[in-house]
Amino acid sequence: MGSTRDKKPESETRRGRQRSGERVFPKARVRPQVFPYLLVLPALLFEVLVHILPMLVGVGVSFLELTQFYVRNWSAAPFVGFRNYLDGLDPSGPIGGALAQSFLITFAYTVLVVGGSWVLGISAAMLVNSEFRARRWFRALFLIPYALPVYVAVIAWSFMLQQNNGAMNTLLVDNLHLLEERPFWLIGNNAFWSVVMTSLWRSWPFAFLMLLAGLQSIPAQLYEAASIDGASRWRRFRTITLPLLRPVNLVLLLVLFLWTFNEFNTPYVLFGQAPPAAADLLSLHIYVNSFVDWNFGLGAAMSVLLLLFLLVVSVIYIRVLRVGGRGDA
Amino acid sequence: MQEKRQRWVKTMPEGKRQEEIRERYGPVHGGRTHRSLSRKDFLRLGGAGVAGLTLFGGVACGGGSEGGGNTLNYWASNQGASIDQDKRVLGRAVKEFKKQSGISVKIKVIPWSDLYNNILTATTSGQGPDVLNIGNTWSASLQATGAFLPFDGEMLDKIGGKSKFLSSSFAASGAPGETPTSVPLYGLSYGMFYNKKLFQEAGISAPPKTWDEFVATAKELTGPSDRWGMALEGASITENSHWAFFLGKQYGGSLFTQSGKPSFDSPEIVSAVAQYVNFLGKEKIASPACAEYSDGISSPTDFANGKAAMIIYQNNAERVLRTSGMPDDEYGVAKVPLPDPLPPGGEPIMSHVAGINISIFKNAANQDGALEFVKFLTGNEQQVDLNQSFGSLPVTEDARGVQEFSDEKLKVFNEILENNAEPMPLIPEEGKMETLIGDAVKQLFAKAATGGAVSESEVKKELSAANQKMAAGG
Repeated sequence: MGSTRDKKPESETRRGRQRSGERVFPKARVRPQVFPYLLVLPALLFEVLVHILPMLVGVGVSFLELTQFYVRNWSAAPFVGFRNYLDGLDPSGPIGGALAQSFLITFAYTVLVVGGSWVLGISAAMLVNSEFRARRWFRALFLIPYALPVYVAVIAWSFMLQQNNGAMNTLLVDNLHLLEERPFWLIGNNAFWSVVMTSLWRSWPFAFLMLLAGLQSIPAQLYEAASIDGASRWRRFRTITLPLLRPVNLVLLLVLFLWTFNEFNTPYVLFGQAPPAAADLLSLHIYVNSFVDWNFGLGAAMSVLLLLFLLVVSVIYIRVLRVGGRGDA
Repeated sequence: MQEKRQRWVKTMPEGKRQEEIRERYGPVHGGRTHRSLSRKDFLRLGGAGVAGLTLFGGVACGGGSEGGGNTLNYWASNQGASIDQDKRVLGRAVKEFKKQSGISVKIKVIPWSDLYNNILTATTSGQGPDVLNIGNTWSASLQATGAFLPFDGEMLDKIGGKSKFLSSSFAASGAPGETPTSVPLYGLSYGMFYNKKLFQEAGISAPPKTWDEFVATAKELTGPSDRWGMALEGASITENSHWAFFLGKQYGGSLFTQSGKPSFDSPEIVSAVAQYVNFLGKEKIASPACAEYSDGISSPTDFANGKAAMIIYQNNAERVLRTSGMPDDEYGVAKVPLPDPLPPGGEPIMSHVAGINISIFKNAANQDGALEFVKFLTGNEQQVDLNQSFGSLPVTEDARGVQEFSDEKLKVFNEILENNAEPMPLIPEEGKMETLIGDAVKQLFAKAATGGAVSESEVKKELSAANQKMAAGG
C-alpha cells in the first residue's frame, strides 16, 4: 500500500474526526468467537474417539504380547518392549521376511496404480475438457467405477476373473482366441496383475475428477496464444498444462499414494484371508497377522511401522515439493 | 475508501444512519437487535444442541449382554443349505424348547465367513450372545481366551452328564487335561463319495480301497469333455489343513512333535501333502480349476453334475448334492482309501474329528437357562431331528443307534467318526496352524495348476517356511 508510512492527516484519524464534531462509532471489538468451535466440536469429538484414541491404544498394544489368552483383559498381557517391532523388522526372520516381501509388493503395486491412474485420469480429463456432444455422458460413465460400492465392484471382478467360468477367460480364450489355455487370475503370479488392474479401475476416476477440475481453471487464452505462436500439442501440454496443474498434481499424487498403499478392501474381497504370495498387500498381511492368528501385538507393531513409513514419505514429499506454499505455480 | 466513508457519515441524517449501519454491518457491538433471537444466537444454540445430542447418544449406547430373564440369545452356525433353512429347522426346535421350559430363544444364524470374527469381537468386548455354535477345531483356541463357561463335573451333570456323548467327539472339545468350554453338538467326518452311475458305465465294480487303486480308478474315469476322476478345493485353507493332518497320520507323521514343536516339514507330512497336490499336478485326475475352489460348494457341485466321479469330503456335502438335485441312489459312500501297505508308524486315520460344538459365554445373563438349552439341544429328540435336517451325525450314544441314522451312507460316516478319526491338534494356536498350512498348500496348488507336477523339495520349501512362521510368532 503505502511505501513510507507518513503520519496520517488529522482528518483521517479517529481522534481527529471526533474533534471535528463527527459522529465516530467505537471500533467493533473482536470478541472471541465461541460459535465456530461449537460447530466443529462434534466432529472433533468423533475424530478423537474413532481415530486418535484407537491409534494411541494400538501403539500401546504394540508393546504387549496380546494374543487370545489376554484378549479379554488387555492389561494382563505381558509387556514385551520392542520385541514385536524387532520381529517385524528383521528381514532374515520368518515374520520380518514376510513383512519385507509384502512391503515391496505393496510399493510396486502403489507405484503402478498411482501412475496408471494419473495417466488415465489426465487423458480422460483432456478428452472431456474439450467441447463435444456426448461430453456429459462420458463424464458420467467415467465416474461409475469410483461411485460403485467397493464390495459390489470388486466381487463382480472376482467372478469375472475365475478361471473356468469367468468372463475374462471366456472373452480371451473362447471369443477372441488370444490365448490357448485358460490362465489363472486369482492364484499364482497373475494375482498381482489382477489386483493392480482392479485397483486401477477403481481409483482412476478420482484422478480424473481432480485433474478435470484443475484443467478447467486454466484459461483458454493461454492455449490460443500458444497455438498462434506455433506450439505443438505436446509442447502446449508440457509447458502450459503440466505446470499449471502442479498444485493439483502435488496433492493428488500424495493422496492417491497414501490411499493406495493402505488399500485393504480390494485385496480382501478378491482373495479372502489367504492371499497368494504375489499379491500379499500390506494391509491384508497385517490383518491376517492380527485377526486370523490372534496376534494383536504383532499386528499393532506392523501397523505402527506402516504409519511411520507413510508419515516419513508424506513429510519429505511436502517439504521437498513445498505443497501448499506460495512456491512456483 | 476512507474518504467515501467520511462523506457518507457526514451526509446521512442521525437516525437513519444508525439503521443503515446496523443493517449493513450487523450488530456492531455484538449485542442484541430488535429481533427476538439473532441469527448468531440461533446457530449457537443449534450447535450446542447437536453437540449435546451426540454426547447423549454416546452415553445411551448400551452395554452388557442383551439377554436375561426369560430370553436367550443364540448364535447358530450355517449348517443347512441356506441360512433360511437353518432358521426354519432351529425355529422348530426353539418352539419346542419354549413349550418345555418357558424360555424364548432369539436365533441369529451367522455364515461361516463371519462367524469366527463375530466370536472374536464378542470375546474381546464382552458383549455377545448367551449360547453359540463354534467349529470344534476352534475349541482349544477359544478355551484359551477364558471367555466361555467351563464345563466341569457339575455343569456337565446339569446338561446330562459326560457319558452321554460319543467319546471321540467329546475328546475334540478342548485341550487335553483341561476343563472343556464347549460340548459337541453335531458330528461330521470325511468320507469318499463316488458316482455309482459313472462307475457302472466304466465297468468298475467296487470303490477303491487303496491310494494306488484310487489314482488308477480316477484316471480311468477322467475323460474328454471336462470329466475328471475327482474334485477337491485347493484354495480352501481348512480343507488343505485337514488333508495334511489325516493323510499325514496315514504316513506316520504328525503336525507337532511330542514336545509341542511344529513339524510341518517332517518327511511324512511332506509326502502326504505332495501326494495330495499331485492329484492335480502330476496325476491330473482333478481339474486345474479346483486350485481356485474354496467355498465348500464348488467341488460337491462338480460331483453332483457328473463332472467329477469321486470326492473325499465331509458328510455335509450331502446338503449340496440334494439341492443340486442329485438322486440319492446315484451315489454311494465308502471309506477313505489308505496306503497299502501302511507305512511304519502309519495309522488308518481317514478324517479328523469334525463337528460343531456349542458353548456358553461366561457373562451370559441367564446361565441356568443357557444350560437348559444346551441340555435340550443335546437331548435325544433334538439330536435326531437336527442332525437329520442338516445331514450331520449325532454326537450322543443314544441318538446314534436310532433307525434314522442307520442308512448305508450315514453308517459309513458314523464308523469313520467312531473308529478312524482323531482330533486336530488341540492347541490354542490351532487357527494359526490351519492358516499357515492351508496357505502353504494353496500356493502349492497354484503352482501345480499353472505348471504341472510339484516336486517334494518344492513342497518341503513351502512347509518349512510355514513351520518357521509357526515357531516364531508370539
